[in-house]
Amino acid sequence: MIALNELLGRVRGLDRQELVHWVENRWVLPEQRGDTWLFHEVDVARVELIREIRHEFAIDDEAVPVVLDLLDQVYGLRRQLRRLCDALESQPNEVREAVRRALPPSR
Amino acid sequence: MATETPYQILGVKPAATADEIRKAYRKLAKQLHPDLNPGKPEAEARFKAVSAAYDLLSDPEKRGRYDRGEIDETGAERPRYSYRPHAEGAEGWRYQPQGEMDLSDLDDLFAAFGSAGRGRRGRSGTGSGEGLRMRGPDRSFTMNVDFADAAKGDKKRLSLSPDEWLDVTIPPGIDDGQVLRLRGKGSPGFGGGEPGDALIEVHVGSHPLFRRDGDDIRIELPVSLAEAVLGARIPVPTVTGPVTMTIPKESDTGTVLRLRGKGIQRSANPGDQYVTLKVVIGHPTDPELSEFVEKWAPSHAFDPRRGMPPL
Repeated sequence: MIALNELLGRVRGLDRQELVHWVENRWVLPEQRGDTWLFHEVDVARVELIREIRHEFAIDDEAVPVVLDLLDQVYGLRRQLRRLCDALESQPNEVREAVRRALPPSR
Repeated sequence: MATETPYQILGVKPAATADEIRKAYRKLAKQLHPDLNPGKPEAEARFKAVSAAYDLLSDPEKRGRYDRGEIDETGAERPRYSYRPHAEGAEGWRYQPQGEMDLSDLDDLFAAFGSAGRGRRGRSGTGSGEGLRMRGPDRSFTMNVDFADAAKGDKKRLSLSPDEWLDVTIPPGIDDGQVLRLRGKGSPGFGGGEPGDALIEVHVGSHPLFRRDGDDIRIELPVSLAEAVLGARIPVPTVTGPVTMTIPKESDTGTVLRLRGKGIQRSANPGDQYVTLKVVIGHPTDPELSEFVEKWAPSHAFDPRRGMPPL
């Protein structure tokens, strides 16, 4: 976990005011400890992501939350799918085979 | 502690113009130049850092790449970050819309996806597995059937356990190794899904007399000299039970007689049974017969090998 100043040192082309704005919009959710913010690795990566879609893809402030929401949904589904796959993986061959046969063909 | 950025080293803002950067560099270079600071290694180190920072920021292409995070402050390629491993990693749940779903129960998962428009599946029940229907697995068995039962067809009960069995209809003429599929007799489905099938591999035994030839059955039937010469009515086994067959007078070994409809008992068009006669004089031969043939043969010359090619 790192503090705001350290994060600013790590992420290029990002100033404090902009980062504070992102946190206040709840695009990034650092851990609140006392009156400071602590950024986890996932938060740092998310800041990089937002910087990229905001600055390089020229997605404006209005559209950023929509993009983030869609991304979060995709990753949420992928997490659940991964859990289901892990559960399936641990099943006996017979069960896996039955599931495979029960899967309708995708178009 | 974060490393200093080239902007911090030169004491300029990230938004500084090329001109501002050049001025900042010149000012620092004059202060820190090694020739003006003999015997001060910290000044020399600082001068090197300032030079490196200016080298990077004075080149518009390098500066652009640095600003985009493509290279680090030494000019080395920076690995491209990716959000995905974090989103899917241990802490990714922090950005899930409702936090992590508790999927300790499969039903929760099916409910989570089932609520998104799978109504056509007829989800009226409240039982377990609502929203998911999965066909049960098939179950495989083997069964032995004797030759005659396979030829005429049969109903058999296959015991799976003392209180579980399958009633299996053997179709007439089933082949050895053929697999019968009993729809819905496999393992139960999940969530109201249909059950799997029972697959029964049938092994047909051989028979000491009968031999199958397509839909017909062949059998070799021993007859006595008297039956062959004088004719007879004798019982013959068939797959449906013994029948009485007329042996015409003067039948020979190799004579083939047909019993119509006594082959494979297909309901539409049953096969036939072909009976090949085999004359047997018996062993040891009756002395009276020997005596008779001794007297009879000289005056009744007969060459049974007449039609054979010369040896």
